[in-house]
Amino acid sequence: MFELLGITPQVLMGQLLLGLINGSFYAVLSLGLAVIFGLLNIINFTHGAQYMLGAFVAWMLGAYLGVGYWWALLAAPIVVGASGLVLERLALSKLYHLDHLYGLLLTFGVALILQGIFRDAYGISGQPYQIPDLLAGGHNLGFMFLPNYRAWVVVASVIVCFATWFAIEKTRLGAYLRAATENPTLVGAFGINVPRMIMLTYAFGVGLAGFAGVLAAPIYSVNPNMGADLIIVVFAVVVIGGMGSILGAIVTGYGLGLVEGLTRVFYPEASSVVIFVIMAIVLMLKPEGLFGRSA
Amino acid sequence: MRRSTIFGPGLASLALAAAIVPAAAQEAIDVTLGVLNDRSGTYADLSGEGSVVAARMAVEDFDAEGKGMNVEIVSADHQNKPDIGSNVARQWYDQDGVDVILDVPTSSVALAVADITADANKVFINSGAGSTELTRGQCRPTTVHWTYDTAALAKGTGSAITEAGGDTWFFLTADYAFGHSLEENTAEVVEEAGGQVMGEVRHPFPARDFSSYLLQAQGSGAKVIGLANAGGDTVNAIKQASEFGITQSGQQLAALLMFITDVHALGAETAQGLQLTEAFYWDQDDATRDWSARFEEMHGAKPTMVQAGVYSGVMKYLAAVEALGSAEDGEAVVAEMKAEPFDDPLFGEGYVRADGRVIHDMYLFEVKSPDESESEWDLYTQNAVIAGEEAWLPMLEECDFSQEAG
Repeated sequence: MFELLGITPQVLMGQLLLGLINGSFYAVLSLGLAVIFGLLNIINFTHGAQYMLGAFVAWMLGAYLGVGYWWALLAAPIVVGASGLVLERLALSKLYHLDHLYGLLLTFGVALILQGIFRDAYGISGQPYQIPDLLAGGHNLGFMFLPNYRAWVVVASVIVCFATWFAIEKTRLGAYLRAATENPTLVGAFGINVPRMIMLTYAFGVGLAGFAGVLAAPIYSVNPNMGADLIIVVFAVVVIGGMGSILGAIVTGYGLGLVEGLTRVFYPEASSVVIFVIMAIVLMLKPEGLFGRSA
Repeated sequence: MRRSTIFGPGLASLALAAAIVPAAAQEAIDVTLGVLNDRSGTYADLSGEGSVVAARMAVEDFDAEGKGMNVEIVSADHQNKPDIGSNVARQWYDQDGVDVILDVPTSSVALAVADITADANKVFINSGAGSTELTRGQCRPTTVHWTYDTAALAKGTGSAITEAGGDTWFFLTADYAFGHSLEENTAEVVEEAGGQVMGEVRHPFPARDFSSYLLQAQGSGAKVIGLANAGGDTVNAIKQASEFGITQSGQQLAALLMFITDVHALGAETAQGLQLTEAFYWDQDDATRDWSARFEEMHGAKPTMVQAGVYSGVMKYLAAVEALGSAEDGEAVVAEMKAEPFDDPLFGEGYVRADGRVIHDMYLFEVKSPDESESEWDLYTQNAVIAGEEAWLPMLEECDFSQEAG
């Protein structure tokens, strides 16, 4: 069968694994978007810039303060999340009673400003960020050479995705959150500070973007446009999974990474459009997305 | 779009002055230079604002004001998209009185601008794009292609590596006009030198993750992986090739187009030993060092060959306009640029060939190791000179514009 496709099983295995690695980034990023949309009804177009911010904060911590990768992996998402906190308090919170479109325009504008600032300060060519010593090198799996760092990316993203899903769908805190989305007045009447909870949720979603940025820093060039290139694809992932569906974002994130990986083998020219083709088909057949609840 | 007036009043006030005192306006030659390039995307560091700085330096060094010329510089971002570039070019020529468009990296945009320029009978001096089509299939009497093209790059890097034993190639190609052109030219050079092309993969432009393509290149068993792409794509591909142990396992990377800003971004540690072909390096002689030091003071980085090409192109263009006394007739200005050979401080001796191809020396460089590199920008050693005509494709008969223009 493999011979018919003109490809050996080894090559196929290798490409599937690479697809999974790319899917890890899609999953973490689309998860953040889904959390923010599902619980705040905000279409967060700043997500790509916040991913870039995560990578840059990691780079700055290393370049100016000598802080290594592992501390950056903890600190950068907190810094990025805190910046999200400020954004939510000062701007986004004023828009909740308006149409989605206003939030989208605001976050898109903020993204352009952030990218512009970093482009002006650091140029476009990118900053080098080294893979941490602990994860340098790699293993020969027989069908391909797997760098240790890429394996770590998959592990880290699976852990983060599972933890987030568990917290929102299976814990009491998650239940409050979901209830607050459905009926904020009622939940507020039970003595729960709903605005603060929403603010922290936004900060958490943004922190996830920052986390993905730190994960990406050692393998992709740390440059101001790194998020802009990615964010459109991630939005397509969220739409395919179903806007606001946590599980949908995770599963489609990994799944589309695999699909894209396979496209790169069979018809590489189409690899940048395949996700959008799938999005168009899904929107035609099941407009609420694969995992979405129909409104 | 940004607009900066270097000398003299703006266009509007000039038009007003011309209406009041027609005799006075005839004495000064009005020239508007339009620098059209990537100001925000993957090619922004190698062209971008640096090219505007280079154009400004040329206007100053030419002493345009002293020679009675009112030179204005405008600039715009074409975002590497042919439709945006075409719109700006049309607006510049039709409404803003631009006389010459400079730089224009990204071949697909450059080819569109070449056509629009010919229709408007203005001048197009390209420095940033690489496609040989500019002076071959789509040659125009108003086009001058200054700095490099894919054939010259292929000649330099392709033949050097093939002759040194790297005789089987696999290409990683950016999927647009420039990448195709570079792949095709290099494949010809490789086969001419007795080498063999094992295959290629075309990746979208710009791409982020190259691991999949690199794995396919690895699977091909070719000795050399030719990177027929540029800017951030090349940087990412080289970074990831080292991550996936491709270079360590004995396959060699050939970056077919790399600029000093790319090497600088990669760092000498990752880039050391790479061979590459360029038309200009800041540390070649006193003239290039002096000019580059001035450039760095204004721009904060050493110039790329593209930015150097914009400078030299403007110098030559202004000289032609001065000789003619007018920038109105684009075809005549280009014919004037072709009339005499030049001795340029940055590109040495050369001339503009009848088809618009600028003939000058190209150089094969090798990236220094971190031990050899004495400063941040001390990155190349020169391995060979590819002299004059030898570096470029011969002229096509249908692109010989010398009869018509003369």
